[in-house]
Amino acid sequence: MSQIVIRVDDLSKRYRVGERERYLALRDVLMNTLKGLLGSVGQRQRLDYFWALHHISLDVREGEVIGLVGRNGAGKTTLLKILSRITRPTAGYAELHGRVASLLEVGTGFHPELTGRENVYLSGAVLGMKNVEIRQKFDAIVDFAEVGRFIDTPLKHFSTGMQMRLAFAVAAHLEPEILLVDEVLAVGDLEFQKKCLGKMQDVSNSGRTIVFVSHNLTAVNALCRRSVLIENGEIALDGPTSQIIAAYHLRSSEGLSDRNNLSKRKRTGTGTAIFAALSLQPLDSNGDRASLTRTGSDLVIEVVIEARSELVDSNVAITIYDGSGYRLVDINLNQKGEFLRLRSAEKARVKFLVRQLFLKPGAYLLGLWLGRNNIEEIDSIPYAASLEIAPESETGVHSVEFPGPYQCRFETSISCFEESRAR
Amino acid sequence: MNAKYDFVRHSTVLRITPPGRWWALPFKEIWEYRELLYFFVWRDIKVRYKQTAIGAAWAVLQPLMTMLVFSLFFGRLAHIPSEGQPYPIFFYCALLPWMYFSSALQSATNTIVENQRLITKVYFPRLMLPLSAVLSGLIDFGISFLMFGLMMIYYGVRPTISALWVPAFLLLAVLTALGVGLWLAALNALYRDVRYVLPFLVQLWMFASPVAYPSSLVPERWRLLYGLNPMSGVIEGFRWSLTGRGKAPGGLFFVSLGAVLIILLSGLAYFQKMETTIADVV
Repeated sequence: MSQIVIRVDDLSKRYRVGERERYLALRDVLMNTLKGLLGSVGQRQRLDYFWALHHISLDVREGEVIGLVGRNGAGKTTLLKILSRITRPTAGYAELHGRVASLLEVGTGFHPELTGRENVYLSGAVLGMKNVEIRQKFDAIVDFAEVGRFIDTPLKHFSTGMQMRLAFAVAAHLEPEILLVDEVLAVGDLEFQKKCLGKMQDVSNSGRTIVFVSHNLTAVNALCRRSVLIENGEIALDGPTSQIIAAYHLRSSEGLSDRNNLSKRKRTGTGTAIFAALSLQPLDSNGDRASLTRTGSDLVIEVVIEARSELVDSNVAITIYDGSGYRLVDINLNQKGEFLRLRSAEKARVKFLVRQLFLKPGAYLLGLWLGRNNIEEIDSIPYAASLEIAPESETGVHSVEFPGPYQCRFETSISCFEESRAR
Repeated sequence: MNAKYDFVRHSTVLRITPPGRWWALPFKEIWEYRELLYFFVWRDIKVRYKQTAIGAAWAVLQPLMTMLVFSLFFGRLAHIPSEGQPYPIFFYCALLPWMYFSSALQSATNTIVENQRLITKVYFPRLMLPLSAVLSGLIDFGISFLMFGLMMIYYGVRPTISALWVPAFLLLAVLTALGVGLWLAALNALYRDVRYVLPFLVQLWMFASPVAYPSSLVPERWRLLYGLNPMSGVIEGFRWSLTGRGKAPGGLFFVSLGAVLIILLSGLAYFQKMETTIADVV
C-alpha cells in the first residue's frame, strides 16, 4: 500500500446564505445593522447557513487518481477549492504532502492583450511554475499547443481553440506531485479533449496523485480507478469508479435500491403506455436460476407493460450502458420481427432471454424503451436498474480488471521457435 | 485522532485549517512568491499602454498637461505664491508624487475586483495584487521624472545635495498608496460603493495636499493636523529636495511618517483578515 498524500479530516465549509451572491452593498449592511439594533435579539439569530461541505473525511494515497462526482452544487468544487487554498474551511483540516498545483480553469491568468509567449510565462507563474522552469519547457509547451508561428501574436487574435490549446499546454507541463483538476475537459472540441485525456493519463501513469472533478463521466471512468460520490456536501459513496458511476446514475433518477419500483425513475415519452415492472433473473450454465449474473451467463429480463390507451405496433427495447453512459447492448422486439399491440388497460409481459452476456465484471446500467421506431417515444427510462456482473467463476481467472467492457471467449496457444537461418 | 498512517516524506507539507490569527503576516510566503510579484508588475506595465498610439508618452503628457493648466489658472490667474520658483517647476514637482500616488491608489483599490477570476481560480498570497499595483506605477513615475530633468535644465534649476532625499519621500508615497490601497481594496471586494467614492476621494485629497499651493498657506495652528495627511509631507519633501528651496520638512514629515505607519499596519491587518474570505465574497 502506498502512502497517504492527501488527508481530509472532518472538513466542513459553511456559507451564509446570500454570502455567495456577488457582493454586498453598503446600504444593505447599514440597513441590517439598523434592523439589528432596533429588532429583538432573537431576530438577529435567524441567519441562514448552508453547509457546502459537512464532515468530509477522505484519504488519498500516492499515485492514486481519484474522481469526484456528484450533481451541480453537491460540494465537489468547494472541496477542490479548499484543497487548492482558494477558500478556507470552516472546521476540520486537510493536509497535503507534496507540491500542489490546481487547475480549476483553462487559461487562468491569461491576458488578452499579451502575446502567446507572454501569456505562457504569466500563466505558468500564476499556476506556480518558476521562471527557469517555464523557460526550459517553453518549446515543449508551444509544440503541444500547436500554435507555432502565432506565438508572438496577441492572445485576443487567437481562435478560441488556439487559446484553449495554449492554456492546457501550460497546465499540462506543470509537474506537481498532487494535481487538482476541475471540469477543464468540458471545453474544446473532441480531438482536444482526447489529447487532454491522453496527457492526463501520462501524468497519472507517472505516479502523481490526481484529484479530478468532472461531469464528463467518460473521462472520470477512463482516468480514475476510484471515485467518490458527493451528495449535499457529504460523501455518499466511495469505491471503484464503475460502481460509483452506476450508483450515481441511479440516484440521479431518484430510484433507490428497489428495482421493481419504476415509478420513481426519470422517464420521458408520451406515457400512453408505461413500463410497470422490471425483473432480472440470471441463469447458470444448466439453465437453473442463479443468484448472481456472471460474465457469460444467460440473463432473463422481463418487463410488464401497461397500456393506458390503445398501443399499436410498438417496439420494446432493452439497452445496457457502461458506467460512462456508452451503449453496449441494444436488443429489441423489432430485431426479431415482432411487435407489441395492446388494447387500452391491457397488460403485457415481455420476456427477453439474453444468451451469454459476455460483459466484464463491473457495474452496468439497464435502460428500457417503448415506442414506435422513428415515430413516437411512448415510455423511455434511460436508467431503469443497475446490473452487477460478477466474475465468471469462483476460480476468478478474470477477476483481474483489464479495461474494456467485453469479455469474449478465447483460446491461446504458445509455440516457441527460432528464425530459420537456412532461409 | 491518533490513527496510524504514514505520509510520504515530502519536503512540502501543507496544512489547510480554518482561518486563524489574522495578524500573523505571511512575510515568508510573500518572499516565496516573489517571482509571481515580478510577473504581476511586468504584466501591469506591459498591458498599460498596449494598443495606444503614443504609448508611454502618456506618462509624461498627463502631468505635463495638468502642470500647464495649473500654471495658467492657479499661477497666472490666481497668483498662488510659488516660493520664488517658476510655476511649471513648482507644480510639476508636486504633480510627480501626486500623479503617482493617485494612480497607484486607484489601481490598488480596483485590483482585487479586477482580478476576481484569478482569485477564485488559483491561490497565491492576495497581498501580491495591491503590492504589484503600487509597484508598477513606479515606471510611469520614472518616465515623468525624466521629463522633470529636462524641465530643470530648461529653467536652469540646479539640483542640490538634498535631491538624495527623493527616494525616501518616494518610498513614503509608495507606502501611503499601499496602506490606503489595502484598506480600499479589501473594502471594495466587500462593498462596491468604494468604486464610486474613490474618484471623489482622490479629488478631495488633492486639495488637502499642497499640490496646487504651497503648504505655507496653511495657518500654523492647523499644520499638525495637516501633517496627518502623509501626502503633504511627501509633496513638501519633493519640492524641498528637488529644488532646494523652501523649508526642509521637519515636524510635519514625522507626523506624516507616523500616520503612514498606522495606516499601513492597520491596512495589512485588515487585508489579511479579509484575505481568508475574499474568494467567497468578491
